[in-house]
Amino acid sequence: MEKEISKPLYTNLILAGFGGQGLMFIGKLLAYSAMKTGKYVTWIPSYGPEMRGGTANCTVVISDEEIGSPVITSPQALIIMNNPSLKIFEPRLQPHGILLFNSSLITHQISRKDISAISIPANDIATKVGEKRTANMVMLGAYIARTMVIPKTAIFRGLEEFFGKKKQFLKANKQAFERGMEYTS
Amino acid sequence: MMKKSFMTGNEAIAEAAVQADCRHFFGYPITPQNEIPEYMSRRLPEVGGVYLQAESEIAAINMLFGAAGAGARVMTSSSSPGISLMQEGISYMVGAQLPCVIVNIMRGGPGLGGIQPSQSDYFQATKGGGHGDYHLLVLAPHTVQEAVTLTMEAFDLADKYRNPVMVLGDGYIGQMMEPVEFGRKTRQSTHPLKSWALTGAKGRPPNLVKSLYLNPKELEEHNLEINKKIQDMIKNEVRVETLLIDDAEIIIAAYGTVARIAKTAIKVLRERGLKIGMVRPITLFPFPYETFAKISKRAQKVLVVEMSLGQMVEDVMLGLSGQGCVRFYGRTGGMVPSYDEIINETEKFITEGKA
Repeated sequence: MEKEISKPLYTNLILAGFGGQGLMFIGKLLAYSAMKTGKYVTWIPSYGPEMRGGTANCTVVISDEEIGSPVITSPQALIIMNNPSLKIFEPRLQPHGILLFNSSLITHQISRKDISAISIPANDIATKVGEKRTANMVMLGAYIARTMVIPKTAIFRGLEEFFGKKKQFLKANKQAFERGMEYTS
Repeated sequence: MMKKSFMTGNEAIAEAAVQADCRHFFGYPITPQNEIPEYMSRRLPEVGGVYLQAESEIAAINMLFGAAGAGARVMTSSSSPGISLMQEGISYMVGAQLPCVIVNIMRGGPGLGGIQPSQSDYFQATKGGGHGDYHLLVLAPHTVQEAVTLTMEAFDLADKYRNPVMVLGDGYIGQMMEPVEFGRKTRQSTHPLKSWALTGAKGRPPNLVKSLYLNPKELEEHNLEINKKIQDMIKNEVRVETLLIDDAEIIIAAYGTVARIAKTAIKVLRERGLKIGMVRPITLFPFPYETFAKISKRAQKVLVVEMSLGQMVEDVMLGLSGQGCVRFYGRTGGMVPSYDEIINETEKFITEGKA
């Protein structure tokens, strides 16, 4: 994606997958980290009766200007981590939008030809990092590498604040994020 | 610059209440507002307050009655079905002239309905809700920051008018996370002396807190006293945001989350060269009738958008007093109108007129 320097930033995305894959978490982390760089942000969860193993999604908007609608029907980007979510959200992506999908778990074909679909074996990469639960961070790393919405350092600062005292998780999460970035660069 | 927190609307409302010196919370769990009691259960003990989970919404509102009668700053929160259960107690509190703040994070009804966002309690909130001749003062935030400001003000307004005040948000206002600032800038609290409260009558004549007046002449006088306060609210408390209305040919009227969505629609429509503006009532009671009376002379068309099948639209029509042309677009049951839908409706309005 080409970036115009003069144009104020406005971007939105939907993150979806199984409950427990950490989509809500990386959505919050992205929004929080962007807020810390001075952006306007909104984060809206799906708050249906989801549970671990069910589907969950959230919508994030990041902007240099005040945000109107926090509700997005056709997002500019998607981070999708399972088959059911792909089925729901692929048709809703904007033309020329970015679809980042977790190819470790997604077996369905991507049907749209008018989008940039980027395959990321997030679970495999996370396993190699040594912490299977960081597949979400791999996806976020891929998203940041692809869009450059905010710098890596901003995400890392956010991560440090989120994890606080739980330093043991920090290293693996940072590594997973970097592997995700490298994979898509 | 003040430190920004990143919070859900629910948590922000709870923290705002604590910072507005609310020290008593009574409630009963219901989605999508559970983060309010959850936050209060943790936060109130830290500041020497009382959090109590009641056995039902009916019990909760009557606990508010008791605590407010003793002069405490009190709050409860619930969502649509729970608020319906509270109506008797709310009516009694109005009758007894007791201040309190009631937060309704609306979900789809009627009945148990669903848990997704809705605005279908507009009639209940603004036209009474319980029995008797009364209104609540109703504040409708459209951002998390505004939810904070209005919650803090709600306590002052409740004390000022000795009347329950409702903060009315939809499920997204409660669930959404946004940056928010607390602090003195958003806080100018007043604590009027509550000489009427039941604080122990030693050294003074006893006070009486009640809503029973068997003598109709007395009850009429009492109701006129309540009505005087309502007239004062109408005179003093109307709040409304207008956006790009001066040259607008179509005005979109919306509140809460729908107003946010409409703002994006208006941006897109303006880029297409269409003259669209917005009126966003912040107080739903008292309603900004005058704003609509004024625009009826300029704009010919008003599109009302709600997450209901048409409730605020009636007040908009009252404000317009038969002038202009009103069209309504609503989604219900937890469905949220998209800005594409609002754009389509606006464009249809231009070509077709009234729906």
